[in-house]
Amino acid sequence: MFWRYEVTGVDTITLHFGEKIDVALVSTINRAASVLHNTLGERLLDAVPSYTTLLLRYDLLQDDLASLVADLKPALDSLSTAGNESAKPPEVVDVPVFYDPRVGPDLENIASRANISVEEAIKRHTGRTYHVFAIGFAPGFAYLGQVADELAAPRLSTPRKKVPAGTLGIADTQTAIYPISSPGGWNLIGRTPLTLFDPDRTRPSLLEAGQLVRFRAISESEYTALSGKLDDLPWETAAANAKGDQK
Amino acid sequence: MTDQPQGLIVRKPGFLSLLQDAGRTRVMHLGLACGGAMDRHAWAWGNQLLGNRYGATALEVTFGGCELTCNLNTQIAVTGAAVTCTVNGEARPLWATLNLCPGDDIALSAPQSGLRAYLAVRGGFQTEAGLGGSCATFTREGTGGLHHNGKPLQTGDVLPCPPMTHEAPNRKVPNHWIPDYNAETALDVILGAQVDRFPACALESFFSESYELSPQSDRMGVRLNGPALEINGERLISEGISLGAIQVPADGQPIILLNDRQTIGGYPKLGAVTPRSLDALAQCVPGSKLRFRPTSLHEAQRQEQTFLRFFNQ
Repeated sequence: MFWRYEVTGVDTITLHFGEKIDVALVSTINRAASVLHNTLGERLLDAVPSYTTLLLRYDLLQDDLASLVADLKPALDSLSTAGNESAKPPEVVDVPVFYDPRVGPDLENIASRANISVEEAIKRHTGRTYHVFAIGFAPGFAYLGQVADELAAPRLSTPRKKVPAGTLGIADTQTAIYPISSPGGWNLIGRTPLTLFDPDRTRPSLLEAGQLVRFRAISESEYTALSGKLDDLPWETAAANAKGDQK
Repeated sequence: MTDQPQGLIVRKPGFLSLLQDAGRTRVMHLGLACGGAMDRHAWAWGNQLLGNRYGATALEVTFGGCELTCNLNTQIAVTGAAVTCTVNGEARPLWATLNLCPGDDIALSAPQSGLRAYLAVRGGFQTEAGLGGSCATFTREGTGGLHHNGKPLQTGDVLPCPPMTHEAPNRKVPNHWIPDYNAETALDVILGAQVDRFPACALESFFSESYELSPQSDRMGVRLNGPALEINGERLISEGISLGAIQVPADGQPIILLNDRQTIGGYPKLGAVTPRSLDALAQCVPGSKLRFRPTSLHEAQRQEQTFLRFFNQ
């Protein structure tokens, strides 16, 4: 297994496992994070996985760069030779989504760009398993990939001022759910009734890097039964569509 | 009046007053910012004077204007920015313990120099730690702080203080440890591996010319105005961002990422400002002239270890 490190701060190094985005790296980085947690324990203050990297923050009261690398190197090298020893299969998270123009104002546009019906676009979005590449932008915001090429769409040139929590979007070949209401420039296609981030849960973030995600289309009644909300719609067309001419 | 908790009652919160401690650990992978006191030097001295452990929660008062009333016998210390600190209208020294009685009014004026004053209390403010084991306040996330919602101090808030169990000694910080916030600030930079993204002329101007601190700066990051830096190549694949990282977006004006920074990002990074230099930067007001100088990782680690060991004995 290839790896190298770069010094990125007084108490941080960034481990690199590849030079371009590759689904195979997700599990490599996840295994590396897990072996380093076991090896270094309390000496590690943070381990932040991203597409090709793992940022490590260490405690300068216990280590300097030399002592850290001395223990980190054998741990990572053993990982490369042992291969897929005790690696647990990644967790699969099921995410119900109400795909509808009322909660996903760009759904029709995404479908028409691909020259397919809305139903077909939903089928293609739910038809594959996504990898959590990284968490960032906001607490619990998971970058998921890759969406089918025909559904890929660039970010909006003008981000919306307010995207409600739970809204599902597409940007380029990635898809993600806004965990909290925030400004956003992704193409919005639906909404989940699940709470993506809750500080009071044992695991505050529903999604973590290394997991797999399956989206499942649900009806309006299932959505509302799961406490899904249709209020606080920020987009102009919301009121007109709500009169009920969908499908 | 009777069932009010013991503590400091906020009469005027000031421009931006936040509970801060040493910040979070082990939750950055969930997309949570690190937070913590921006000028750890002033914050840690406040706690040290009062015999508090490193990491105790204190109040970070940006631009002053904060007024409090005490309802118990306790001791406080005000450090950092050169505010005028008054107790019942009488000026009291900074960087020293102050004894307070119930009914005492404390006021911190706008600073004459520096930006952030710290008010520490004996035993530390007693709020429940949230995510990442920290009581820090995160306005952007809406997490942490007194009410666990990221809100800065509001009029009527009560900052809970522990009862004082015994008479506490009076102490002050030796003068030679008190920084002059008017002095020109030179920031030490650990060069990063992405430095090869920048042509030699960009590095030359970065380290030889001065930059002005933009008013569009906050706890997430400091924006700089100065010679635009040329970059070879475009955005990188997003990766975890270190404290003090100097990222250079397309317009070439560097941004130094601070305590409340986002956790990942893809702009090329020239290097990272050392934590001790970030302490100094935290006291620089908009318009301040900043210079940068390269330092070695070895020297930066030695300096940081000296700081941490001093306050963690």
